[in-house]
Amino acid sequence: MTSAPLASKTTSLAERGAAFVVRWGFIGVTVALIAFFVITEPNFRTVDNVFGMLKFIAPTAIAGLGVMLAITVGGIDLSVGASAGFAVSIAAWTMVIGNQVGVVAIGVVLLGGLLIGGLNAFLIVVARIPDLLATLATSFVIVGLKLLIVDGKSISSQMSLSDGSTAPGKFTADYLWLDRGSLGPVPIPVIIFVVITALLWFILERTRWGRALYAVGANAEAARLAGIRVQLYRTVAYMGCGLLASIAGLLLGARIGQGDVSAGNSLLLDAVAVALVGVSVLGIGRPNAWGTALGAILIAVMVTGFTMVGLPYYAQDFGKGIVLLIALLFSFTFSRRRTVVTAGSTTSS
Amino acid sequence: MIDSSIPEGGELATLSPVVSLSGVSVAYGSNVVLTDVTLDFFPGRITALLGANGAGKSTLIKALSGANPRYSGDIAVDGTVLHLSSPVLAKAHGISTVHQKVADGIVPGLSIAENVVLDDLANASRHPLRNTKQSFLDARAALATLGLDWPDSLLAQDAARLSISDAQLLVLARALRGTPRLLILDEPTSALTAAEADRLFDVLRALRDTGLSIVYVSHRFGEIEALADRVVVLRDGLVQHSSERPFAWHEILHDMLGRATELEQTRVDVRRGQGVVARVNGVPLLPAAAPLDLEVRTGEVLGILGLIGAGKSELAELLAGLARPASGSLELDGEPYAPKRPSDALRSGVVLVPEDRQRQALLPGWSVAHNISIPFLKISSALGTLRTSRETSRAREVIDSLGVVTSGPNASIDDLSGGNQQKVVVGRWLSASPRLALLDEPFRGVDISARREIGDRLKELVATGDAGAIVLSSDVDEILEVADRIIVLVAGVVELDAYADETDRASIVGAFLGARTRDQRSTHDEGHPK
Repeated sequence: MTSAPLASKTTSLAERGAAFVVRWGFIGVTVALIAFFVITEPNFRTVDNVFGMLKFIAPTAIAGLGVMLAITVGGIDLSVGASAGFAVSIAAWTMVIGNQVGVVAIGVVLLGGLLIGGLNAFLIVVARIPDLLATLATSFVIVGLKLLIVDGKSISSQMSLSDGSTAPGKFTADYLWLDRGSLGPVPIPVIIFVVITALLWFILERTRWGRALYAVGANAEAARLAGIRVQLYRTVAYMGCGLLASIAGLLLGARIGQGDVSAGNSLLLDAVAVALVGVSVLGIGRPNAWGTALGAILIAVMVTGFTMVGLPYYAQDFGKGIVLLIALLFSFTFSRRRTVVTAGSTTSS
Repeated sequence: MIDSSIPEGGELATLSPVVSLSGVSVAYGSNVVLTDVTLDFFPGRITALLGANGAGKSTLIKALSGANPRYSGDIAVDGTVLHLSSPVLAKAHGISTVHQKVADGIVPGLSIAENVVLDDLANASRHPLRNTKQSFLDARAALATLGLDWPDSLLAQDAARLSISDAQLLVLARALRGTPRLLILDEPTSALTAAEADRLFDVLRALRDTGLSIVYVSHRFGEIEALADRVVVLRDGLVQHSSERPFAWHEILHDMLGRATELEQTRVDVRRGQGVVARVNGVPLLPAAAPLDLEVRTGEVLGILGLIGAGKSELAELLAGLARPASGSLELDGEPYAPKRPSDALRSGVVLVPEDRQRQALLPGWSVAHNISIPFLKISSALGTLRTSRETSRAREVIDSLGVVTSGPNASIDDLSGGNQQKVVVGRWLSASPRLALLDEPFRGVDISARREIGDRLKELVATGDAGAIVLSSDVDEILEVADRIIVLVAGVVELDAYADETDRASIVGAFLGARTRDQRSTHDEGHPK
């Protein structure tokens, strides 16, 4: 890989090579990795494993799509891990302590996600706190609030409460269906993952609202002068991010089957990594839905493959780190296009 | 001590220049912004540097102050040719610069004393431990060169608390440490009141009398008349004029705003507008300016001529919904018009081609078609879904009507030249048949042919008789070329309002001069440095 002189107009062989690597590198790596595991690991190539991997990565991917939305408007959201964790506990609390059915819990969680997104948007858009710092602060607030609500404990069905009685409710079947259900051979989380990805792709690429979101990220001032309600779009993006993080939390909670207080802790870095890989896929240089999904799939393949070949679990973090680093090199160093990830930006108007 | 009224030749020739430039040129890419500048700066003299937007003033200052080492030609200090590769090096050789934005020169959180001696922090030969006592002594010594006696209790305060004029003095005191030979001041009075400016002038005269050479950049003729020994005018990157006292202001303005070129001809096709599209009723453009009344007519191109700080951009921002009038009101088609944001203006058919193409108009990395369609997403979509064919056809119309040189609607905007990017931006805004088109400095960094095509497109727009257009510029030639009706704006006040065939270059320049006497009294009017 060579970094070619960017100024010269004539494209040398080295430059064209670099451009090719930027464009196809990530897809190539993913395909190569899949091919390697398919050949070496017989268990890898089963249908069950394919769906298993996709199911496993769905929460990360969905949270990553949320981060992608924030990046689209030129920001970042570091509170997705906390929001997902909040969703896990709040869903459990609503069902077990509040004795409600799963549908109610889902409603409460989605509303909570929107509120968290709204809070982030308020701090960033109205209070003008840099996105990085605002969402870092809210992630502490969210985690703290969660612990206060659940009294610092993981909530499970039939747990005993502090007054000696048994919790009235339990994890209901409709909620657990989010993880255990399937449509034909396809697990529900995979369907949710694919539907959300396709929906976001359609909104971002095919509708004027998506175009406006990208415009806000590309040049907020130009967007404002073009009549786009910049503050409104940024608010919508952060609320969308909060919503997606809470959906990720719902899937996570249904998988665990209890309100684990530590759930969602590791989600943030994976989600951000996945969104940034998405930026670099195909050398697009801007956040996009299928790229983010592909980033998630790459991580799923890696984690599953590593486990199958018997590498220790901590090798996964190393692999993820390298993937992220390469994605960033593609986006910022080797790409001819200016990448629009501008974390920490503030817009005045 | 050197007297300021040294006659030309004779005595002056015996003095050697502190700094001399010979054949200094600067180019950004293929864009030459400063061409073959040869100038001498003599000790004990104040040289005023004049020029309209984009004339090359800041480029020259950057080269002189070491901020842009990528210049060609020679800069000699005391007869020795040096390459001024950094601000620190320039300062070490006695070239000190005070930049226009005073606030940028102040480090908030540090005390006033530490701010005065700030350069010591970057000085490797200094003791690494900060010595408060010493910095107070040094700061007091530096401030004493300006005749300031600030007590220690004041010096210990946070520099962020200084008023803008005191901050200006602080930055000046810092610039004067180490006894510079050449002091460059970039619009030092742009944020000062008249009294504060007077105080500064006294200081500068005293400094001149100690033998310091001063380069003074300003747009205010009154100040220059009061202060300078020599005027140098830049235009299009060239030194157009250099003269000693007494100043021939007519000539200076001609050279600054554009000489009559062979291209100039008497306009025979001056249109006179019929209806009134917009009205400004008693709105002050600048904080201290008198209320402005203005009528914008359909079927004509209105050219508004003014220098930086004259209120041009403020007027455009008012009409485009970026700012609200402090008092008074706006009218559009006879109805009250109070746009809260750009989208309101857009809905009413008022569009703005903003001053800064890169920062305010272009979406980098996007295609030409997407750059053009961005304000009209609603039109190019059905039920929210974008129709690529509509975007492409709109882009094709723009490309054809303005002769944009590009491989097509899908080409990246980054691959276009500056002039063609500007054509795309202008075309974007005119493609929706606006009621009123505002173009703020639309010809900046644009070549003659692009300028011609943009002008033709504008005339085509108003020729329908339904639309009005305003071109705001600081260049007489541009205005004469494109405008049917010409308004000269000085310090937020209309100095001239006439149709192109009723006036001429001399009257236009005269309108600037008419304002010169008032300029001296109201120096605080230009309170909006760009």
